[in-house]
Amino acid sequence: MSIFINDASKVIVQGMTGSEGTKHTRRMLASGTKVVGGVTPGKGGQVVDIDGHQLPVFNTVAEAMSATGANVSVVFVPPKFAKAAVIDAIDATMPLVVVITEGIPVHDSASFYTYAQSKGTTQIIGPNCPGLISPGKSNVGIIPADITGSGPIGLVSKSGTLTYQMMYELRDIGFSTAVGIGGDPVIGTTHIDCLRAFQDDPETTAIVMIGEIGGDAEERAAAFIAEYVTKPVVGYVAGFTAPEGKTMGHAGAIVSGSSGTAQGKKDALEAAGVKVGQTPSETARLLRAIMGR
Amino acid sequence: MDLFEYQARDIFEKHGVPVLAASVATTADEAEKAATTIGGKVVVKAQVKVGGRGKAGGVKLAENPQDAREKAGAILGMDIKGHTVRTVMIAAAAPIESEYYLAILLDRSNRTFLVMASVSGGMDIEEVAHTAPEKLAKIPVSAVDGISLAKAKEIVAAAQFPADVADQVADVLLKLWDVFQGEDATLVEVNPLVKTKDGKVIALDGKVTLDDNADFRQPDHEALVDQAAENPLEAAAKEKGLNYVKLEGQVGIIGNGAGLVMSTLDVVAYAGEKHGGVRPANFLDIGGGASAQIMADGLSIILGDKDVKSVFVNVFGGITACDAVANGIVQALELLGPKATKPIVVRLDGNNVVEGRAILAKAAHPLVEQADTMDGAANRAAELAAK
Repeated sequence: MSIFINDASKVIVQGMTGSEGTKHTRRMLASGTKVVGGVTPGKGGQVVDIDGHQLPVFNTVAEAMSATGANVSVVFVPPKFAKAAVIDAIDATMPLVVVITEGIPVHDSASFYTYAQSKGTTQIIGPNCPGLISPGKSNVGIIPADITGSGPIGLVSKSGTLTYQMMYELRDIGFSTAVGIGGDPVIGTTHIDCLRAFQDDPETTAIVMIGEIGGDAEERAAAFIAEYVTKPVVGYVAGFTAPEGKTMGHAGAIVSGSSGTAQGKKDALEAAGVKVGQTPSETARLLRAIMGR
Repeated sequence: MDLFEYQARDIFEKHGVPVLAASVATTADEAEKAATTIGGKVVVKAQVKVGGRGKAGGVKLAENPQDAREKAGAILGMDIKGHTVRTVMIAAAAPIESEYYLAILLDRSNRTFLVMASVSGGMDIEEVAHTAPEKLAKIPVSAVDGISLAKAKEIVAAAQFPADVADQVADVLLKLWDVFQGEDATLVEVNPLVKTKDGKVIALDGKVTLDDNADFRQPDHEALVDQAAENPLEAAAKEKGLNYVKLEGQVGIIGNGAGLVMSTLDVVAYAGEKHGGVRPANFLDIGGGASAQIMADGLSIILGDKDVKSVFVNVFGGITACDAVANGIVQALELLGPKATKPIVVRLDGNNVVEGRAILAKAAHPLVEQADTMDGAANRAAELAAK
C-alpha cells in the first residue's frame, strides 16, 4: 500500500510540452510511472515522443481524462498560467492534482484551493512542492527515484531537498510514500492530511514529519498526532536561526513577530510525544531507535 | 514586501479609499514646503517599517510650516527600534471623534482571507484581541467570492459600527478589498480608521504587505522597494538573482533548496556551540542551478562579507547533479582567483556523488576540503571559522 498514489495511478502532465514538463516527464517515465499524456491548451492533437513513449497532448484536462482514464495530474505550468491550469483540472473533477510550480501568487493559490474545496472532488498537493513518490509504484513530480526503494516509513515534508536528505539517511529501510507538501503559505494538502493517511495505511509503520518556520501547520499537526496517530512519529523542524520578518527561500517560511518559530513548533511536537531531532541525521537516528533498525 | 505608511496611503488613494492630503519629505526644508502646501495644522510622521513609533517620539503635531520644519528636523535621522528615519510624511491634521480598526489579511491557518474589524481602533490591535476579544470581529472572506456590498454590510454589522458611519465603512471595505486583490496584497490594515468631527470616515494610517510572487503582474511594485535600507550584500545578491539573506555569523552558507539551507544554518549554529558560539553568516539557496557562474556569484557574495571566516557548501543532488556542482566550485574558484581566501568545506550527496567528489579530489584546491556528512561538515566549518 501507499498513500494518494499507487501502481495503478495514471498520470497526465499539465505543461508537458514546456522544457521543465518534458524533462520531468522523462524522469517520471524512467522511474516506471504510468504517464499517459499531457495537457497544453492550443496544442491538442499533437503526439510527443518521449524516450519512445508516444504521449498524446490534449487541450483540456477533461479531454485528457476521457481519452486516457488519467486519475492524477501533475502541473509544471509557469506561475502566470498555473491558476487556469489548476481550475481546468478541478472542473474536470481530476481526483489528485500535484502542483510543482514555484512562485504562484498566493491570491491565485488561495482561489484555486477554495474552488477545489467548494467542488469537493479534487485533492491538491502543493504548490511549490517536489510532489510525491511511492518507490517502485509511482513517482509524481521531481523527487529522485533512485535514492531509496519501498519500505515501511511514511514521510511528509514542506521541503524538497530535506525530503531527499531524509530518504537518503533512511535509504536502507525504505518508504511507503514520501510526500512533499510544499513551502507556500497556502497549500492544498497539509501535514495532517498526510499523517491521517499514513495512520490509516497498513504498510506504513512509522512516520517522519518535517516542518519549517512560518504559519502554524506543525502546531496543528502536533495536536492531531496527540489525538489520532498511534504509529510512532519523529519530527524535524528547520529554521531555528531564521531572523524575524525575513522570508527564507520558501514564500511561506517567515517568522512573524513571535509566531511561526521553529522552537514553538518543536515544543508543540514534543508536547504531543513526538521525538524531534536537532539535525536531519539525528532525526533519522531517533527513528531507527524506535524501529529497532 | 512591507510598505511604508506613505506608500500605503498612496495606494489607498489610487483605489479610492478616503485619505488625508499628505506628502513626503526627506529634509526639514521639504517638510516646511509640504506643510505650507497642505496648510493649517499638520502631523509629522516618521516613516519606519516598525510599530511603536508614536511612543518613540516619531509622530508630532505641528502648528504651522515653521513648526513642521523643526519637528521634521528632530524626527529625521532618529533611530526607532533599529530603523533609521530617512523620510517623514507630512499629513493634514484631522479633528478626530472616533477611532476604528479594519484589516483584510491572508489567514494561513484556514487557507482563506479574513477581515478583522473593531470599533476600538487606534491602539495595538493584538492587545484588543487579547484583553477584549469580543470587540474584534473576525469574518472569513472567500478567496473566490471576495467582498461584495452585502458581505461588507455583514462585516459592518458584525463589528457593530454605529449607524451613522455604517455606509461609509462598508464603502471603505469595498475599496480596501480592491486594494487587497488589485495589488496582490497579503495584508491591508487601517489603524486607525477615523470618524472626523464632521462625520467623515478616513483612513488615517495604513499598513500594506505585498506578495512578491505577484511581481510579474504588478510592474508598479518594483518602484516601492526601499533601496536605502537594503543590505548591500543582499542587494548585490538580488541583482544576480540569488536568494540570499544576510545574518550575523561567521560561517558562509551555500546550499540547494530552501529547507536544506535553513537546516544547514541550524546545524552550523548547533555545531558552533562547541566552537565558541560560531554562527551561520547567511542564507543562500542556489536552487536547482549549480552552474559555475551561479556558484561563482554565490561564493563572491559570501566572500565579500567581511564577517565570513569559512564557507560551507552543502548540496544534496536531487535533480542537480553533484558533478555539475563540483565543476561549478572548481571553475568558480578559477574565476575568483586570488579573491577566494577563506577555507571551503564541501559536502556532496545524492545524484552523481561519486563523480562529484572525484572532481573535487582531483582538483585538490588548497582552500577546499570535503566532508562525508552534513553534521561532520558543519562541525568542520565551525571549527575553521573559530580559528
